[in-house]
Amino acid sequence: MKPTDLIPIELVCKHYKIPVAFINALQEFQLIELTIEKDTFFMHKKQLNKFEKIARLHYDLDINLEGIDAIYNLLDQLDNLKEEITMLHNKLRLYEDL
Amino acid sequence: MPFIDYYKILGLPKTASEDDIKKAYRKLARKYHPDLNPNNAAAEKKFKEVNEANEVLSNPVNRKKYDEYGEHWQHAEEYEKAKQQNQYQRSYQGSAGGFSEEDFSDFFESMFGGYSSKTGGGRRAKFRGQDFNAELQLELKDVYRKHKRTLTINNKNIRITIPAGVENGQIIRIKGHGGKGVNGGPNGDLFIQFSIINHSKFKRDKDNLYTTVDLDLYKALLGGELMVDTFDGKVKLTVKPETQNGTKVKLKGKGFPKYKKEGEFGDLFVTYQIKLPTNITNKEKELIKELQKLRAL
Repeated sequence: MKPTDLIPIELVCKHYKIPVAFINALQEFQLIELTIEKDTFFMHKKQLNKFEKIARLHYDLDINLEGIDAIYNLLDQLDNLKEEITMLHNKLRLYEDL
Repeated sequence: MPFIDYYKILGLPKTASEDDIKKAYRKLARKYHPDLNPNNAAAEKKFKEVNEANEVLSNPVNRKKYDEYGEHWQHAEEYEKAKQQNQYQRSYQGSAGGFSEEDFSDFFESMFGGYSSKTGGGRRAKFRGQDFNAELQLELKDVYRKHKRTLTINNKNIRITIPAGVENGQIIRIKGHGGKGVNGGPNGDLFIQFSIINHSKFKRDKDNLYTTVDLDLYKALLGGELMVDTFDGKVKLTVKPETQNGTKVKLKGKGFPKYKKEGEFGDLFVTYQIKLPTNITNKEKELIKELQKLRAL
């Protein structure tokens, strides 16, 4: 992991104007993974997209973290199902017009 | 441009309280928010409508103006002065999942001049721009080889490299080609879903190809050579004597390119379909009867 890929969570909080407690809570709910180096917490830049979505759901739609956790589980299932549908659809094309 | 009934969009009567508006907006936003409806254009459209309705009705000044002029909004120019006094902040606060001014209707722009925002609880954060989704239709032969293609997305030309072996339904991400970031945040990404149309005689399953070739009776019985089409030209096949109808042969490495594995290919499976002769002559009939007798012995 490149050090430049890690963003100190204080910087994330400042950028998004959210309290550190929110990020800590996300870690407790295992919604976001943080990296600790020399007693400092960092967020990997790959997590930013997910983090932004969670922040929007929480602050803009008033969804609590339990709800967001449930939503993410359902969205994962949805993704898996979509992948499966695509795969099955492609398989089905093999037998069409036979 | 047509009048938009914001009350109807939120499912509220004109007498709705501020609290009713907030509740209705939150309920509908949870239903149609793009983060909860990925790749759902209909939900995204609905969300924009809901967001616009909330933008107007949750702001007392905008609501008063809207209520007063309603369907006669085109005569609302007199409000122009009042609008200038209002000093719109034009500071989007990230309440709509990365929406920008462009996401408001012409009706809204005409009546209110632009968007302000009182929603979002005072958070004025930098947000990534909205992710864009596009579908690209290609022929199977187009994705047999890696190639470049120019796409026009939202009036912008983007040149992308399409790797060989892309699958139907596969989605690739083009970083930073989505919507503009909000308040200086990074741009969103562009997601392109491939729709591969197959007009060839080959069926595809991942990187394997399947085809059926006709084989005449005598070649099936006695064996011989046969020219077969592959996706990339013709190959000569040796047909074994006494080949049965439906026999499958595998041509290794003659299938479709493996995605992002340059120089590697799947296999081609050829199924023989034995064609029986038609319009047989009397002489042929006699000889076949002879054969039949020989078999019966």
